[in-house]
Amino acid sequence: MKYLGLVAAGAALMIATAAPASAQQSTLDAVKAKDFVQCGVNTGLPGFSAPDSQGVWRGIDVDVCRAVAAAVLGDANKVRFTPLTAQQRFTALQSGEIDILSRNTTWTLSRDASLGIDFVGVNFYDGQGFMVPKKLGVKSAKELNGASVCVQPGTTTELNLTDYFRANNMEFTPVVIELLAEVTGAYFAGRCDVYTTDVSGLASTRMAQAPNPDDHVILPEVISKEPLGPSVRQGDDRWADIVRWSLYAMLEAEELGLTSKNIDEHLNSQNPSIQRFVGATGDFGKMLGVDNKWAYNIVKQVGNYAESYERNIAPLGIERGINKLWRDGGLMYPMPIR
Amino acid sequence: MASRPQTVRRPPTAGVNLSLNNPTVRAILYQIVVVGAVGLVVWYLVSNTIENLETRRIATGFGFLDREAGLPIGESVIPYSPADTYARALFVGLLNTLRVALIGIVLATLLGTIVGIARLSSNWLVAQTARVYVEVLRNLPLLLQLLFWWTLFRDLFPGPRQAITPLPGVFLSNRGVQLPAILWQPGYGYVLGAFVIGVIAAVAVSRWAKRRQASTGQQFPVLWVSLALILGVPGITFMAIGAPFALEQPELRGFNFVGGVTLTPEFAALLVGLVTYTAAFIAEIVRSGILAVNQGQWEAALALGLRRGQVLRLVVLPQALRVIVPPTTSQYLNLTKNSSLAVAIGYPDIVSVANTMLNQTGQAIEGIAIIMAVYLTISLSISAFMNWYNRHIALVER
Ligand SMILES: N[C@@H](CCC(=O)N[C@@H](CS)C(=O)NCC(=O)O)C(=O)O
Repeated sequence: MKYLGLVAAGAALMIATAAPASAQQSTLDAVKAKDFVQCGVNTGLPGFSAPDSQGVWRGIDVDVCRAVAAAVLGDANKVRFTPLTAQQRFTALQSGEIDILSRNTTWTLSRDASLGIDFVGVNFYDGQGFMVPKKLGVKSAKELNGASVCVQPGTTTELNLTDYFRANNMEFTPVVIELLAEVTGAYFAGRCDVYTTDVSGLASTRMAQAPNPDDHVILPEVISKEPLGPSVRQGDDRWADIVRWSLYAMLEAEELGLTSKNIDEHLNSQNPSIQRFVGATGDFGKMLGVDNKWAYNIVKQVGNYAESYERNIAPLGIERGINKLWRDGGLMYPMPIR
Repeated sequence: MASRPQTVRRPPTAGVNLSLNNPTVRAILYQIVVVGAVGLVVWYLVSNTIENLETRRIATGFGFLDREAGLPIGESVIPYSPADTYARALFVGLLNTLRVALIGIVLATLLGTIVGIARLSSNWLVAQTARVYVEVLRNLPLLLQLLFWWTLFRDLFPGPRQAITPLPGVFLSNRGVQLPAILWQPGYGYVLGAFVIGVIAAVAVSRWAKRRQASTGQQFPVLWVSLALILGVPGITFMAIGAPFALEQPELRGFNFVGGVTLTPEFAALLVGLVTYTAAFIAEIVRSGILAVNQGQWEAALALGLRRGQVLRLVVLPQALRVIVPPTTSQYLNLTKNSSLAVAIGYPDIVSVANTMLNQTGQAIEGIAIIMAVYLTISLSISAFMNWYNRHIALVER
């Protein structure tokens, strides 16, 4: 049963942590040996990670894992996915069940410092919002006093929710349900007046699950900062570096104007930045412990960040906004590859 | 003295034999080795776990319990706000588990007994209905049943603004059943006190009646007198303080009902699911218990001149309960443990709160240890109580 999953993960964690420390293998070696990357994703949030009609996982979070597989194994398809609820995700990473957690997870101090995991970057800057049925006629989150609110446990969402209502001296009745399908089902059935999560999650849920998307409005208030990004087990710096730079490579490619379509034409480019990027000069791949064509493989097989965004997030109707590159007025700022 | 036959068998030369040939010495030695090995393994696992948690910088210890929880919890028997500590949040979860388990056990016992007796009914329709009930409920996964009830309660009724009002002050909506609450009046303390006195008096009367019957053979209408004491004493007190009574009516304000008591769809679904499922098993146990008592017992007791009620109470039940109580105990334990499926439908039981807590704090091992400790304590308490009851009620063989 699904609900035993968490207990099982806890038990696995106990067993994993009970093994002697010396047995801790480097994730890079382990991934190379088994020849695939095990990636923890969402159970189904279109745009971030969800299986398509062919059963192929797609989404901006999925692309991070594919990029890592392309960098390390030369093949973006050598990824296996583990769908995880909000509650299960951290134990799954701690216990070694997955190599990367790439599942719309907010980077916070307590998670970074006390869960034994390390965040390596941000692949989507988000914030928490509220969605209500249009027929309620609510225009602002300040009007939500006394409402029933559907929320998923084990998230920053539930904590921000209580903070927000406390700060504004309002009351609410929480309806806390673990499985995404159940919590959104409860909202659409009218069990709650409000559904709250990251704004991107609201848009995705409205688009994919609402019987009629136009019946629901996302309120203007954004009540928190939700920098979402991939994380890895703490203490494996080499692996953290690889995931971090795979993410940067997608952004850097956008900056350099390299796409999956045109990168082959740039293989003999005279631009030194591009020469370094495609592995024609320098030994950057080797420094990371992977092939020198790592970044080329990422862009060729997965695409740059803009391509991934267009493919996955744009269909949800979410503007690029603060997720634009720094030079276009956004927050995305890849560190230089040199 | 018990060792005498052994000393006789021993060879005369042996004083205290410490050699490995002595079975007692060997047995003790084995015990030491086994205990030592188990201890070593435990020590190895624990120390390694602690060391690894440290190197992975995963927080350890129970210090988080008095940190502010910040968790939203939908229903609680005691006042709770997100500003309270994790310890209190867990306690809220524990009380929610106990609430559904205790009410569930009582209702499942009642329903199970009725269905069990119905299965033995000579009326074909009644017996078949009971049979179908048992077979269907017993053979469908409980989780499925819970989701069924939850979806039903959620989708059956309209939103709060269109709530159905079968009785004044009672509202049925997809937020649950809203009932008027009886407001606590200053004099109710006396009524409660009178009730306790009534119960004590009833116990005293039944003891006295038993002793009197044993020595003189005279009977006494214990049942009626007890009922009169238990209901009458607080009833008269209630009248004496002027029968104060006030209801708090729920009313629709904004999004939801305010005031009165709420029975949420989550609680209702969990309770109905657990009760109907467990009752199916209890019904079979009750049936087997009744069938286990030979028909001849009835005939013999009636022939002795006992009334039917007395036969049931003095002859049949003590024998049937001997068969019924032990397996029923494990059904009670099952019901309690199954209540952890609450997570699926959003009822904030101990597992759901502890899961969220272990997720927010990242302290999975501590969280699971707490869950295990709680269930172990509840289960052992139920067992202890039922074992006591079993000894108390079971046939005393003379
Ligand atoms: N960013 C927040 C919330 C992330 C989250 O779990 N959101 C929900 C609602 S959109 C979700 O993705 N659920 C999907 C699932 O349980 O599989 C966090 O890291 O705590």
